[in-house]
Amino acid sequence: MNLDLSDEQVFLREAARGALSRFKTLEAAREALDGKDALPDLWPTAREAGWPGLLIDEAHGGAGLDAFDAMLVMGECGRVLASVELLGHLPATAILGDAPAGAGLLDQLATGERRAAYLPVCPPGDVHTQWTIDPARGIERALAPSAAHDPNAAGQALVSGELSFVPDAPGADVLVGVALLDSEPTGIAIDLAAASGATVQATPRYDATRSLGHVALADAPALLLDAPPAALASAWHLAQALIAAESLGSVETALDVTVAYAKERHTFGRAIGSYQAVKHALTEVLRQLDNGRSLLYYAGWARRGAPDEFPLAASAARSVAGRALDLAARTMISVHGGIGATWEHDAPLYFRRAQLSRRLLGGTSGATDRVAGEVMAQAQAA
Amino acid sequence: MDLDDTPQQAAYRSQVRSWLEQHASEAPVLEGPEAITDEQELIAARRAWQGKLAEGGLAGVTWPKEFGGQGLGPIEQVICNQEIGRARVPGILDAIGVGMLGPTIIAHGTDEQKARYLGPMLHADEVWCQLFSEPAAGSDLAAVQSRARQQDDGSWRLSGQKVWTTNAQFAAFGLLLARTDPDVPKHKGLTMFIVPIDAPGVTVRGLRQISGEAEFNEVFFDDVPLAAEAVVGGVGNGWATALTTLMFERVTIGLGSEGLGYNSSRFARAIARVEDARRDPEVRRELGEVASELIAVRFTGYRTLTALQRGQIPGPEAGLAKVTIVSSAIKAGDLIADVLGPDALAQDSEWAYMISFLPGLKSAGGTEEILRNTIGERVLGLPPAPRLDKGVPFSELRSKEGAPV
Repeated sequence: MNLDLSDEQVFLREAARGALSRFKTLEAAREALDGKDALPDLWPTAREAGWPGLLIDEAHGGAGLDAFDAMLVMGECGRVLASVELLGHLPATAILGDAPAGAGLLDQLATGERRAAYLPVCPPGDVHTQWTIDPARGIERALAPSAAHDPNAAGQALVSGELSFVPDAPGADVLVGVALLDSEPTGIAIDLAAASGATVQATPRYDATRSLGHVALADAPALLLDAPPAALASAWHLAQALIAAESLGSVETALDVTVAYAKERHTFGRAIGSYQAVKHALTEVLRQLDNGRSLLYYAGWARRGAPDEFPLAASAARSVAGRALDLAARTMISVHGGIGATWEHDAPLYFRRAQLSRRLLGGTSGATDRVAGEVMAQAQAA
Repeated sequence: MDLDDTPQQAAYRSQVRSWLEQHASEAPVLEGPEAITDEQELIAARRAWQGKLAEGGLAGVTWPKEFGGQGLGPIEQVICNQEIGRARVPGILDAIGVGMLGPTIIAHGTDEQKARYLGPMLHADEVWCQLFSEPAAGSDLAAVQSRARQQDDGSWRLSGQKVWTTNAQFAAFGLLLARTDPDVPKHKGLTMFIVPIDAPGVTVRGLRQISGEAEFNEVFFDDVPLAAEAVVGGVGNGWATALTTLMFERVTIGLGSEGLGYNSSRFARAIARVEDARRDPEVRRELGEVASELIAVRFTGYRTLTALQRGQIPGPEAGLAKVTIVSSAIKAGDLIADVLGPDALAQDSEWAYMISFLPGLKSAGGTEEILRNTIGERVLGLPPAPRLDKGVPFSELRSKEGAPV
């Protein structure tokens, strides 16, 4: 039994914290909301640290690490609302790593010379029995993009479909995801430098630190990936685990900042943190944070240690982390009083992060629903 | 990061498993048509079973060898608990004695006390109970009012009342926290005693709960004589001794509870049987939230184990897991009652029992509110609320408006 960070993992986390501390990410986030082009380009920092290749094996120039290591880095990004395009890049590299046909792309993606974005397609569950995508609006889920064999090129397909709110798609070089070929899910990779018929339109954002794009594919030429369906599903769950880790990083900061304020701010002659109402609100954030942390361990372990449980573990982590972030951001605002609801303070940045994050990649509610489906299926099978 | 046994742990597991395979047929049956229903008979059978477990080395796993234990670590205790669960046989009857009170005597008792009490405790020849909480001293345990007065010959006389006492109805001894000096601040005037439950002046009365069952007792002491040798850990040193017990309580809970039987699969199974409920978005959302938190607690347990394996003692933050278990189980019970309707509250329904049991569990081992205060102060470092009892002699404090202590 060992459920703790290794020395290497502690080092990875500290190094990430150190690298990101060189940038004023929060100030930039506020200015970016004002429409200024203020966000620092953190991709060179990511490349220097080796994050683009975290999940790519060493034979292709990566670090050959696992989901939990990637989650540690995501947590550090979340702490300071750093805009590093890993949420899109890492699940894409995970699919390619499981597809021999995609191996040729890995070397450049491992160094970060080129950047990939994952086209999120949700694997079937017990309610939605098809591979589906997030709708542009509303709650009706749409079918995954469709692919047809390219008559002119073996191993290639032409893909059509529209995907909304794709993380880190603007500026990406390669799109990697899932399309339906004769109704069967298949992995696809679209090289945006070469492809006609693929457009990425950056979307205006409630949270300026989050890069999102609408992707339109009209007979876009794509490389057919021979990744097994399990790997395609696993990429979705990996994305859930990564956004969960990122969210919990934001919870940590929100809690730290709020606790510090509750110790220092006095009313009626005593620190506000000594009032039970404030104390209990903060311990509730801690409780949800700690539950989320435990689920990150579960997800990090399950991806390799118990792949059958990875969908449950990652979805549970996402579910708890999403709610924890919403609560942490709201508590941050209320404990700070009126100032917490103004742009004078960082709280609105965390609040905006919370509200948008919870609706991406199938939403926190989608993850919660999958937990219900998984535990009922397990219980019935037992 | 892994959840696997080391080769050493695997060897221990198979040793425990094979002992259980050989002896499982001797275990008392608690469920099903052949279950023992007579209370007296059941207790006798469980005591005998604990004796067998002790002989097989499956009780007192972490106790030092010189006191009949195995001298092993918390991980081996967990492995043992897991294997007992897997074999579907009852564990030891006196988990409070062996898990918390015995280790307190080992830490603070005299050689004579250790020689006299530990062996019979481990084998359940004598069952123990914990006499700490009182009607006006629960979360604020140091406010106990049970009063022991020393006599001229060095012996003591004890009067007062304890409550929430599990197993008192068949216990031989209790470990009791009493006030021996009311004229000093409350944490200072306390002393720990070993009290024979059959001593003159001791009355045990069952305390019925919402469920209708009496799992706890009230215990009354009316001028009960105690020998000078009944003191554990020194006169006036009761608070430090009690903290040791409470520390072992946290360890025991951290090691063994596995969510007190409140786990996601049990709740999911009940709901999945109802086709309409299985597809209802509201039901799914509630179940998904509850299940996520209960699964989290399972892994919090593994994190606690990792820490214990490294010799770290669980801190107050371990209490957050209890808050999650209880609040999740309350939500699950509510959801299941919504799904099953009034049938969930039928006389013999496991859900009726759970729903009735949980409101009390919320306060067990310290109320949730006090637990949140402690965690806020010790873990988050928030300042304490101003206290009116610091440095004040206990005799000048009061427990009720208008009532002197």
